[in-house]
Amino acid sequence: MEMPKPDQNVIARRVEIATALQEIVPGEGVIVDEDELRPYESDGLTAYRQLPLIVVLPETTEQVAEVLRYCHANGVKVVPRGAGTSLSGGALPLADGVILGLGKFKKIIEIDYDNRCAVVQPGVTNLGITDAVRDLGFYYAPDPSSQIACTIGGNIAENSGGIHSLKYGMTTNNVLGLELVMIDGEIIRIGGKHLDSDGYDLLGLLTGSEGLLGVVTEVTVRILRAPETARALLIGFPSNEAAGACVARVIGSGIIPGGMEMMDRPAIKAAEAFVQAGYPLDVEALLIIELDGPEIEVDYLIGEVERIAGENAAVSIRISESEDERVSFWAGRKAAFPAIGRLSPDYYCMDGTIPRGRLPEVLSRMAELSTQYGLRVANVFHAGDGNLHPLILYDANIPGELDSAEAFGSDILRLCVEVGGVLTGEHGVGVEKRDLMSAMFTEDDLKQQQRVKCAFDPSSLLNPGKVFPQLHRCAELGRVHIHKGKTRFPDLPRF
Amino acid sequence: MNTIIKPDNAAQVLDAVAWAVVAETPLEVVGGGSKRAIGRPVNAGHTLDLSALTGITLYEAEELVLSAGPGTPLANIHAALAEQRQELAFEPPDYGSLLNGEPGAGTIGGAVSANLAGPRRLKVGAARDHFLGFDAVSGRGEAFKSGGRVVKNVTGYDLSKVMAGSWGTLGALTSVTLKVLPMAEKVRTILVLGCDAATGVAAMTKALQMPYEVSGAAWLPDSLAKISNVSYVRGAGAAVAGIRVEGPGPSVEYRCAKLREQLATFGEIEELHGHNSGTFWREVRDVTPFAQPGDDRIVWKISVPPQNGATAAAALTEMLQSEAYLDWAGGLIWLAFPVENATDGAHEVVRDVIAACGGHATLIRANVALRAKVPVFQPQAAGVQALSRRLKESFDPLGVLNVGRMTVGM
Ligand SMILES: Cc1cc2nc3c(=O)[nH]c(=O)nc-3n(C[C@H](O)[C@H](O)[C@H](O)COP(=O)(O)OP(=O)(O)OC[C@H]3O[C@@H](n4cnc5c(N)ncnc54)[C@H](O)[C@@H]3O)c2cc1C
Repeated sequence: MEMPKPDQNVIARRVEIATALQEIVPGEGVIVDEDELRPYESDGLTAYRQLPLIVVLPETTEQVAEVLRYCHANGVKVVPRGAGTSLSGGALPLADGVILGLGKFKKIIEIDYDNRCAVVQPGVTNLGITDAVRDLGFYYAPDPSSQIACTIGGNIAENSGGIHSLKYGMTTNNVLGLELVMIDGEIIRIGGKHLDSDGYDLLGLLTGSEGLLGVVTEVTVRILRAPETARALLIGFPSNEAAGACVARVIGSGIIPGGMEMMDRPAIKAAEAFVQAGYPLDVEALLIIELDGPEIEVDYLIGEVERIAGENAAVSIRISESEDERVSFWAGRKAAFPAIGRLSPDYYCMDGTIPRGRLPEVLSRMAELSTQYGLRVANVFHAGDGNLHPLILYDANIPGELDSAEAFGSDILRLCVEVGGVLTGEHGVGVEKRDLMSAMFTEDDLKQQQRVKCAFDPSSLLNPGKVFPQLHRCAELGRVHIHKGKTRFPDLPRF
Repeated sequence: MNTIIKPDNAAQVLDAVAWAVVAETPLEVVGGGSKRAIGRPVNAGHTLDLSALTGITLYEAEELVLSAGPGTPLANIHAALAEQRQELAFEPPDYGSLLNGEPGAGTIGGAVSANLAGPRRLKVGAARDHFLGFDAVSGRGEAFKSGGRVVKNVTGYDLSKVMAGSWGTLGALTSVTLKVLPMAEKVRTILVLGCDAATGVAAMTKALQMPYEVSGAAWLPDSLAKISNVSYVRGAGAAVAGIRVEGPGPSVEYRCAKLREQLATFGEIEELHGHNSGTFWREVRDVTPFAQPGDDRIVWKISVPPQNGATAAAALTEMLQSEAYLDWAGGLIWLAFPVENATDGAHEVVRDVIAACGGHATLIRANVALRAKVPVFQPQAAGVQALSRRLKESFDPLGVLNVGRMTVGM
């Protein structure tokens, strides 16, 4: 993975830059010592590491604006950072860039139950929002597995999702407003407590923009009243095909469960060995289907799903009879990553989405690739919306295995695109999938996206080297190419 | 020469726009033309009519996905989905009767481009939340795409969001892909009778704060309840708040019972069953109260924080001798007044009233002269406006597509 060549001039000015930043953020807010920079050298994608030039931890929006204004004026690159749990290297530092950490933006500014929203700073954790509104029975719906640690600012940047996204949407469907600092230090506000945009939907564009367009300093999210109850089914199948067919039938019959997760045989075995959740070990695929709502609805839908599962060759069905039992069904799924981590010194978590109907085919081709690369793979899967998380097992200490794991991962993602899916469902492109973008997009598609980047950050100082395989200068991208031969009035039906 | 260019396929759209780029000739982009009377008039020499790009090209009910040409009539899409008991959950409104007395002319491309949404907006979002991907031709005369056919997708910027609600100013769509959802098995509506706007909003707020998955919450004053086609509403002799509950049969009955119990303090309670519920929410969605024959009043659509709906509506009703009703639990104000009451459309009055609470107002019905003269869409703060202009330029640097539809020169 090649990052943009560090600018030696900037590196040479390190002390001067640190001094200037210390003037903006006094006290402990600027980190320069190598020991203290070390924790920032990577994010959740630990295969990539790079010490940043400097880390700055501002506490106010004005300080963020000042820092950005300074960096903009002095040609210094900036990488925004929340909790650093990105799995795509979105927060990977640059040798000639400042890490702008939002870790001190931890205030819950306002909880407005009547308008059903909360205004928070970007460093508040995803779960922190739910914790703040739980008293009155509310919650914030998108629930990435990293929710204890990841920040809402990071969630905005990655448009994160979770198990509940099937029914309640991703981050983008649950955000109402933002305060944003542009690279030149200008502070703008978008949206608020009302619905819909007053012009172009900048809120929608910024959500999922991976820290490339601006720094988020305040967020307004929707909060929902939590459902009265939830129950889950744990269903074993003799084949991935049968499990896939069951998922299709549940949705086809008009049921959108609160969560619908699938695990393949290697994932089931690993999870069971790790947490003894009581998963059946004689099945090829396991579905966990959760229904939420009023008790009467949940009971009714449990019955429906049980019937559908029976008609689709389910070999074992357990239905949770208590909250403890429901939680135990999830225990294995929630521990799937560490469970698989125990089987192997290292694992690599992928994140493609496919049209659900192609699942059996994708899994069998993945098995072939596994043989070809000589690396094991286990699958956990947001089955309801086709989001696959293949976990590739490897050992970084064996020369060449990391490269093999990455090549295997790339093949899986290309396969996802080939069957009509996409490179990433929720983890983002970052540095990890950057060079695969052309598997999904044409040159013109990517250029249009980069022109959008130019509208926000013409000198490309915000998080460069992420998302786009090739950097073009904004001036070059802005040019209109006159298509020869189009000067004639087109030969088209006209009236 | 003012001509209508009507391509049959995406390649011809590309040809048409590429020609316009070379000729530096602005185009007005239209689908079915059903919302042509919304927004500022576009002064273009040529019209790019996308209504021939029709047809559902992909519909997989079990995958909850549908792709179609942008010119596909919404009616065809509704019909295809209904066969599988599915729907566009964001309930695209039909403003045909409101705007020109001709309902049923909307296309899927238009619904997306205007980012429409009906009463279910408060639960499931607007067109933007269901718009998964598209193919389009930019104002540079280049074909490009974004998104895909799967719901979970964060690959690259989410350009579907900016295309939704851009009123054809960023690109000419050649194909759109949407998420579809199952229709609810059963629908009921709780009516709270005799509450004024403030009490109505309080009742709706209470309903939304309970775990009963309310999927619509609207309030009509006495004068508008009177002209409903639903006899219970028409005969109420009072203002009416409606609260919709949808889902499996037993669940709907249970939630209705709970809501009746909890809302009894706000007024007398009635309950609408399936058919009447359908009519009531269609009226709210399509602005039927202001679409009566002969009604040519100015109409504004105003989005505010829900708790400010009643006060803002009351202030405007008094200042402009207007009528107003509320949707989205107070978050959406529909306002109508005779043009004689304010020949400038009262754009400053309307925007002053909401300035304090935040939100935005769009002039939905007004004659073309007025729409050319006053800002139809909410004027934005300078920074946001400048950013939006740069965004427009990134897609359409020469100003070929629908220039001026949303803002002067954009
Ligand atoms: C064990 C584990 C499980 C996970 N499970 C899920 C899951 O279920 N679903 C899912 O979607 N993701 C998951 N993730 C990925 C990750 O947690 C999310 O992407 C999360 O949103 C990142 O948040 P963060 O605060 O850690 O951001 P960081 O990793 O610090 O940054 C992520 C990106 O956001 C940008 N950024 C951060 N803050 C801001 C800001 N204020 N303004 C502008 N840009 C900013 C950064 O520049 C970077 O590009 C998981 C990660 C781990 C380690």
